Amino acid sequence: MSSVNPGALPEDEDKARSARAEWPLWEVFIRGQHGLNHRHVGSLHAPDAEMAVKNARDVYTRRNEGVSIWVVESRHITATAPGEKGPLFEPSESKIYRHPTFFDIPDDVGHM
Amino acid sequence: MAEPDKDALFQFLLRIGDNTLILGHRVSEWCGHAPVLEEDIALANTALDLIGQTQLWLGYAAEVQGEGRSADDLAFLRDVWEFRNVLLVELPNGDFGQTLMRQFLFDAWASLLLPRLAQSADPRVAEIAEKAAKEVAYHIERSADTVVGLGDGTEESHARMQAALDYLYPYAGEFFLSDAADIAMAAAGIAPDPASLRAEYDALLARVMARATLSLPESRFTHKGGRDGRMHTEHLGHVLTQMQWLQRAYPGCTW
Repeated sequence: MSSVNPGALPEDEDKARSARAEWPLWEVFIRGQHGLNHRHVGSLHAPDAEMAVKNARDVYTRRNEGVSIWVVESRHITATAPGEKGPLFEPSESKIYRHPTFFDIPDDVGHM
Repeated sequence: MAEPDKDALFQFLLRIGDNTLILGHRVSEWCGHAPVLEEDIALANTALDLIGQTQLWLGYAAEVQGEGRSADDLAFLRDVWEFRNVLLVELPNGDFGQTLMRQFLFDAWASLLLPRLAQSADPRVAEIAEKAAKEVAYHIERSADTVVGLGDGTEESHARMQAALDYLYPYAGEFFLSDAADIAMAAAGIAPDPASLRAEYDALLARVMARATLSLPESRFTHKGGRDGRMHTEHLGHVLTQMQWLQRAYPGCTW
């Protein structure tokens, strides 16, 4: 077997940068069962979308977790900025009338 | 159809079970050492699939042998000359590219053999092959993709993959060497004659190597001596010292 030396430092910073930049990061979404939504389960590195699906299969479905896999390159995800959470989310805290807690839900309806 | 000969059936099962056992062990040597985490887990999964197939093949082999032995007995209590795997699977891992090239050369063979074994006249063989065929269908997709990715990759990865192919290809021919046991299996409708798979194997390799921009060696010379047990490489003994260490140091130990 080829020897590995995890402690070895890259010879220079350029090399370190290119090694890190080699494979893009992908976000992985798994559908646990038919009828459920795909859920974000984690992320991984892969050279392209096909390998990302294969890697996701190997990393995240080893214990029969899923029936479908989605992957999307992380850079395609647009996220809210943590600094804006006040204006974005706090206004809804006081709008209790938006929660349907004032209705009697018949037992037959089940989870809503 | 001829009545299957017990010794021939035992040989056949040892050959296929020893292939998956030794390759499974070799691949497991990467656990914790692969170049990236994703490949590490993928290789470990492949190794586990192969060891799982081994349990079924050698379990059935032990039953056919009828000496009260188990799959574990066959795996851990035999010495080098009793193994019937092809030489290819006992060769050292080399670098990651060489390991994946070896895996592809094996997967290509297994992907042709197992669907045929799933139609075997022996229901046990058919049942095991059907399960294994699904696993191998994934293995070959992965190994072929990697061979293409690295072959048609950088100058360095291309050179390494070409070197791996040049080193390993002369071992691939052993899969297709038929002997009396194989003819008996074919006559009984249990397994195809190994030689009959060669043309399809060559075509599959040619397709993948073309995509990988790698050149298949022209020579058809093949190393042999593994599947008939006449002469393994020196590497198999070293594999066994690790794989069988526990049973050698603590005979009969269980947990």
